[in-house]
Formats: sequence, structure tokens, C-alpha cells
Amino acid sequence: MTAQATLDSRGSVPDAKFRPPRHGWRVVAGKEFADHLLSIRFYILVLILGVSAAVPLYAASATIRDLAPIATEDPAPFLALFVLEAFSIDLLRFFAIVAVVTPLLGLVFAFDGINGERSEGTLPRLLSQPIYRDDVINGKFVAGLAVIALVLVVVTMVVVGFGIARLGILPRSSEVLRIVVWLIVTVLYVGIWLAFGTLLSVAFRRAAESALAGFGVWVATALFGTLIASLVAGLVAPAGVGDTATELANAGTRDMIQRLLPINLYSEVSRIILIPSEGVSVPGSIDQLGQLQQQIPTLYSVDQSLLLVWPQIVAMVAILVALFAAAYVLFLRQEVRA
Amino acid sequence: MSDRGTDAVIRARGLTKVYGELVAVDHLDIDVRAGEIFGLLGPNGAGKTTTILMLLGLSEPTDGRARVLGLDPMRDPLAIKRRVGYLPDSVGFYGGMSGRENLRYTTRLNGLRGAEVDERIGDALELVGLTDRADDPTSQYSRGMKQRLGIADALVKEPRILILDEPTAAIDPTGVVEILELIRVLAHERGMAILLSSHLLDQVQSICDRVGIFKQGRLIGQGTVSDLARRFGFTGHVLRISVDVAGDADRASVEGLLAAIDGVDRVEPVGTEPGSYHIVLAQGADARAVGARLVSSVVEAGRRLGGFSAVEASLGEIYQRAEARTADHRPPAKGAA
Repeated sequence: MTAQATLDSRGSVPDAKFRPPRHGWRVVAGKEFADHLLSIRFYILVLILGVSAAVPLYAASATIRDLAPIATEDPAPFLALFVLEAFSIDLLRFFAIVAVVTPLLGLVFAFDGINGERSEGTLPRLLSQPIYRDDVINGKFVAGLAVIALVLVVVTMVVVGFGIARLGILPRSSEVLRIVVWLIVTVLYVGIWLAFGTLLSVAFRRAAESALAGFGVWVATALFGTLIASLVAGLVAPAGVGDTATELANAGTRDMIQRLLPINLYSEVSRIILIPSEGVSVPGSIDQLGQLQQQIPTLYSVDQSLLLVWPQIVAMVAILVALFAAAYVLFLRQEVRA
Repeated sequence: MSDRGTDAVIRARGLTKVYGELVAVDHLDIDVRAGEIFGLLGPNGAGKTTTILMLLGLSEPTDGRARVLGLDPMRDPLAIKRRVGYLPDSVGFYGGMSGRENLRYTTRLNGLRGAEVDERIGDALELVGLTDRADDPTSQYSRGMKQRLGIADALVKEPRILILDEPTAAIDPTGVVEILELIRVLAHERGMAILLSSHLLDQVQSICDRVGIFKQGRLIGQGTVSDLARRFGFTGHVLRISVDVAGDADRASVEGLLAAIDGVDRVEPVGTEPGSYHIVLAQGADARAVGARLVSSVVEAGRRLGGFSAVEASLGEIYQRAEARTADHRPPAKGAA
């Protein structure tokens, strides 16, 4: 192996001082964060989240006086701002609107993350710098999440401030805690869509394609979630006419699929976190249904509510990790050139 | 291995990259030494960029090994990237950021911070002549300016090796001259090793100390331009002379006069221009002596000498010769696919 020996012994001695930057992702995240704050999509983000808060608040302001007398009895009058429906439309609650619009925001901040660099011709230059390849994807993910979380926190603060000013009451500590938990879960929910957007930006060579694909999935899960769940359940566990066993299996499969859709997971978590009197809505069996109907409305403490939604939170984390891992593996395997 | 390779900063032995059926790079051996400009030349798709990506650890070789500054690109890619400046083919920048901000991002990614870094960025911009436009967003830059900014971007980390992929592509003729001069200065005055790839052979011929000629992933010749010229059949020297002639009869007499001179093998008219000839010298003839005899014969014959020069083999000609001599080495089944 003389060739090996000459190759190793010759050439210049590697200089020992160099250590790879351990926080390459921070540099990437810092640059991406600054980019986001100056981009048009940032204004879209502020606008969309602002409107989602303003519409229910506007409606609430009409009935705000009616709330005052209730406030003495209501265990969590402050949270009413988050759960009060506008114009008696169920969807027009702050948290319900957030459930529908934040996926779009996650996609908007991620759909061109990698393929944008590719088409701009900046990817080879970026990857020829002394950072790990995953620093690029991690940095972009963190920056996107940070910018959305920032605006989300600000909007929530505005809602809280509005509540304090108009209702004239301060949120209790348990209510503050519930709002904080809800914010964390919302950021987790945004993270799922951000990871999905990142995956699309790696998988599709063109930004327009990944945007379309992401938008399509968003529409499908937000509007046609039930339909899709029924279709898939029909394929996986077809129900025989009048056959109770297969019908039950079919219904079970359908519910399972529906529950695993991020929007349903998130909606359930936010409902239970923000409404202290709410329990799990979908009974697992006939017995449970009976129990549910006979239940005396009780209030859950924060930790009890958390315990109720823990499985949903774990499922959300799992979905996030799976999507991010897929984006990550795909990106590491890709050639730098098209 | 000859002793030439002792100070090689880039070496590759049997480097191979296969994409499915296509052999993009086929058992490549190269050595690039400090302070030298090495040209990887060949048409588009010959495997030049793939070779560069393997040297930078951005693409995994199918077989063979490479060492850059004594390091293995697959095992120590970060240490290599820290010391190697790379200008990618059709380089791009973040359009919303100025040239200076783009370079600052690069320095941060290299773990460089502080006041001296700003100075270094300023110096790099000065060197490529972009100081005036440094604070404009790069979306307003022309192709040539981006190319120059790309060179500055590769320089801010103060690399020991510079790898330039098609540095003169899409640049106007004056820009090409400037960039080539800059590359020459970097190698010969700063002692950097420079590996550049190009399909514009005649453009880079003047600055490359040594070249490697690529054809379908295989290096079919490596050495200085004159080495290659000799190897691929440009054995004799060729002189070019132009003499004033009047009419066809006169032309024949001029040709007779030139052909009769001692040491001239044959006389070939150049193009359609009357009175312009390539004088191919006989084997072993001394070009200087034959040249002197040619000039004096023409003058003694009472004719006006329009011009006289030695013709050097151009890399383009060498390439065509080399390509013609090297049979298509890909198996027919793969070539047809």
C-alpha cells in the first residue's frame, strides 16, 4: 500500500487549531430570521394572525358586557376571550381560527427553504462552507418557528391586554398557565407544518410545486378530513350492511384516522386546555358514552386537563419528528447538483 | 510516483464516480501543487464539476481516494471546507442582501467574527473591483459582477486552495481578462493552489501552469500546454508569414521562394487571405535560423514583409487532436443508453 502511505505522509499537515463551528445552525437561523422579518410573508403572517384574533374579539366586544355578570360565576372568565364564538359560528373562535390558519403560515415560511436556495444557486456555496449539512435545515426550521412563535405570542398578548382593559379583570394564575400551555402546543402544531413544508422544499425541485403540494394537503386535511378518513376507512375496514362488527371496525378506523390528523389533534388539545370544564369528546365505547351523558359538569385543574390531552400531544410530537426526520434524511442523501 | 507530487495539496488516485449507468468520473489521477494554476478542461458534462464536488466532500466517490491538504474529503469535509475557497458553477447570492452582507454571512459560517473580518471583506471586494457596488443588493448585480463577488466570497476565508468552476463563463471579454489576471496574481504572488475548470480552452490556456484534459469522465492528458502539444503531434514548429503579393502568378512565385528555403518542410496558405502562409518546419530544424533565412530571402527578393510570427499550438487544437486520438472508451451499451 505505498500509494496509501504516500498520500497520508505527504501533503501539508492538517492544522490542529481548526475546530468546526459547533453552532453553524445558529448562524443560518440568525440570517433566516432576519430575512423573515424583512420579507413580505412576515406581513402576511401578522395580518392573518391579527385578523384571526380581531374577528372573535370584535364579536366579543358586543357581548362583553353580558360577560361581566357571568364573570362572578365562571371559573375562567378570562379564557372566554379565546373560546367565545363570533356571530354564533363555531369556527369563529380564536383558537379554531388559529387551528385553520397556522398550517398555512408554517407552509409559507418553509415551502421554498431548500429548493429556493437551489434555484438561486446559493446552495452549493452554502454547503461548501464549514458547517454540517443538517445545520442548514435545522437553522431554517428554528428561524421559521421563532418568527411565527414571536408573532403568535404578540397577538396573544394583545388579546390578553384587550381583555384586561375591557373586562377589567386580571387573569388568574391558572388561566395564565393555560394560555402558556396553549401557546406551546400551538407552536408545536406550527412546527408540524413547518417540518412538512421543509420536507416538500427538499422533495420538490421547484418552489411553485412544493407550494401547491403543501396548499393541497392543507385544504384536504382542513376541509375534507372527515371525507378522507371515511374513504380510507372504507378501504381498510369495509363495513358490511347490517353487520355490526364490521361497522364498528369501520367506525373505529375512521375515528382513528381522523384523530391522527394534526388539525383534529390540535383542536382537541386547545379545546380541553382553554375550556376547563371540557373532557374528552369522543367516547371510546358505549359504556363511556353512557358515563359521559351522566357526568356532572366538573372543572379540571390544569394538570388534569394536561393529563387528558397528553396522548394527543405525544402524537403531535411524533408526527413532527417523523416529518422532520424524513426531510432530514432526504436532504442528506441529495446530490448538491440537480 | 514521481517526486513531483511531494508538495501536492490536492491529489486524487483512481477517483471514480458512477451515477447509475453513467460513469461521470473514471479513475482520475491528478496532483495540484501550491502556487500553481491547474486547469481541468473539457466540454460540458465531461465530469469536471463532479470531480470538484468529490474533492470538497460534497459528493461521495464510488471508488478511489482523494486528499486535499492531506485530508480525506469524506472524513474531514469541514476542515477542508474551512481552507478551500470554492466558486461554484453559475454562483448565486441572496438577492435581498448586499454584496458585503453576503460575504459577511460567509465569514460567520466560517466562524470568523470581529473588526478584522470586516477589513478582510473590504479587501476581498477591493481585489475584485466591487468596492463601489458593495452595498447594493446583489439582485442588481450583472452576471459578471456576481462571478467576481463569487471569487471574493471564496477569498474571505483566506483559503490555501481556490477551486473555481467555470470562472470565465458568461463574462464579457474585458471581464475575462480581468478575472484571469486576478487568478494569476492569487497563485503566483500569494502562493495559493488554484484548480479551475473550464470548457473555454483558449481563454484559460494563457494562465494555466498545467492542464488536465477531460473526455467523458476520463483524463486523456495531463501536463503543461507544451507537453501536451508535443504529445498530441504538434512536433514541429510552425511560423506564420505574410508577404505582399500581386495576382495568382505572383503568388506561385512567392510560394516557390518560401518552399525553397533550407529547413522548410511545406508551405500552407492561411485561409483566403492572399500572401499569408503557415511555414511548417522540417524535423529538427532550428526555428530561429529558419526564421532569419525566411525574412532575409523575402526582403532580398524585393518584397514587402507584411508580418512574421511563431505559431503556438492552441489548447483548442490540442484538445481536438487529443479527442480524436482517444477512442471512445465507454462500453457501447452504456454509451447508447
